Amino acid sequence: MKSKKIKSLLYYLLSLFLFLAFVFPFIIIIINSFKDNLSVVRNPLALPEVLSFSNYTQAFSAMNFISALKNSLIVTIGSSLLIIVFSSMLAYFLVRWKWKINRFIFLLLVMSMIIPFQSLMIPFVSIYGRLGLLDSKYVLMFYYLGFGLSLATFIYHGFIKNIPFELEEAAIIDGASRLQVFWKVIFPILKPITSTVLILDVLWIWNDFLLPSLVLVSADERTIPLSTFSFFGTYTNNYGLAMAGLVLAIIPIIIFFLILQKHIVRGVVEGAIK
Amino acid sequence: MYYEKRISERLKVFGLFGFIPLLVFFLVMIVPFVIGILMTVTTWTGLTGSLFEFIGFENFISAFSDPNFGSSLIATFKYVVFTLVLTNVLGFGLALLVTQGRKGQEFFKLSFFTPNLIGGIILGFIWQFIFSRAFVSVGVELGWGIFSVSWLANPETALWTLIIVSVWQSSGYMMLIYIAGLMGIDKSLMEASLLDGASAFKQLIKVKIPLMIPSFTISLFLTLQRSFLVYDTNLSLTDGGPFRSTELIAMHIYQEAFTYQRFGEGQAKALVLFVIVALIAITQVGIMKKMEVEA
Repeated sequence: MKSKKIKSLLYYLLSLFLFLAFVFPFIIIIINSFKDNLSVVRNPLALPEVLSFSNYTQAFSAMNFISALKNSLIVTIGSSLLIIVFSSMLAYFLVRWKWKINRFIFLLLVMSMIIPFQSLMIPFVSIYGRLGLLDSKYVLMFYYLGFGLSLATFIYHGFIKNIPFELEEAAIIDGASRLQVFWKVIFPILKPITSTVLILDVLWIWNDFLLPSLVLVSADERTIPLSTFSFFGTYTNNYGLAMAGLVLAIIPIIIFFLILQKHIVRGVVEGAIK
Repeated sequence: MYYEKRISERLKVFGLFGFIPLLVFFLVMIVPFVIGILMTVTTWTGLTGSLFEFIGFENFISAFSDPNFGSSLIATFKYVVFTLVLTNVLGFGLALLVTQGRKGQEFFKLSFFTPNLIGGIILGFIWQFIFSRAFVSVGVELGWGIFSVSWLANPETALWTLIIVSVWQSSGYMMLIYIAGLMGIDKSLMEASLLDGASAFKQLIKVKIPLMIPSFTISLFLTLQRSFLVYDTNLSLTDGGPFRSTELIAMHIYQEAFTYQRFGEGQAKALVLFVIVALIAITQVGIMKKMEVEA
């Protein structure tokens, strides 16, 4: 019995240690986000003497937080919806129509998944910069559709393959068109896989920096990672203020996680294993 | 399965389901990929020159004779190896820890995963403050030599800050994949090995790990891809410094193209990166698949 208790104690000590190792950076920036610059420099580990939100109000306006949040929401939701609609339809088409070229298209999509964005970004910027197709968050959504299509199609493809065709036959006899069969019969069955794709894409696009940094040039188009980057660059030496900006930048995704934690954990695992 | 006989009907189906996504995919991935290859062997730079004026392998030659490219590749390999090993060892360890069936393990699991939710730019800035301010103040206060100078200021330790942050960020994600693997192991196998008198450690080595090769394949693949292409954390944590010592390959390519405006040479390096990533991914998955069959 004694050894069991010691084991249990050791277990919790180890877990607590690891827990602290994972969360202490967040605790430190939260503590310092309430302090003025001088007390941060004096001792970054001390608790704030007074609870002042002045750093937050200042960071909020300096980051143009509302505008950045709005841009991030539009880009993330818009791109994810585009990816879901078009990749589920494409996957359905590739599974249900056994044209010879469809095998080739599928292979091309799978192979393209290995191409890193860094190997495309130089010609990408050259071509679309020249055509004047940068600096708009709506154009950015179509780029995300292009970059996110192959993985999402691949995930949907694996799932649709296993849906029995008989389910569709009844709808066809009732006179449904091809599109109606897809949206009324197939798409509802895809719900669990759609939520996996949605979670993967939201986490990716919300946090993405490199592509939007190349596409979105003007300040009022910036998403949260972009505005955090320029804000931190401007106020690097005003620590309290910079920390408040970082905390603000983290809050939306943490709220998203707290609401949907079960789905997110499941979605991330399924998206990786698929 | 559907069959349309008439060409017009086939075109209609394609137009409904395939045309838009494939057009966007073609414009966003295929066109830049092909033009990217042409860029390296012609005079075209994106701004001047022609895509039809062949100049041979000049861009590749100057890419490989750039000493900064070599040192960036070496730093990247070093970073990848340490990140790969540490992330997966820690991720696997965390997975074992939170699947013991004890109270509170759900809470620990979620907190280990949290860094994954946040983008590399923000995490890099957070840790920049930790390394340059918090650790230094602890070091000075307690007289601990290793912390009293910022790790970001020294080329030797700056690369380690990147490794530490990446391991801290990714191990919770790999933990989730390993948990799924552990849950998938047949309970009766574990009971049988216990009856045979296997210790917990022996059970881990002889039963759990061999059965979890598929989880290792996925986790290693993801860590490899992520760490070879890391850019955000690199930019916000070290910005390549000090003295370009932590300029990993993705950042090197970015600098080459967008700071120094050497598009042809930059794209040649980008294609080398593509070949490296593709070869490593194919080899790794190939080897692991073979192990799966044998296990």
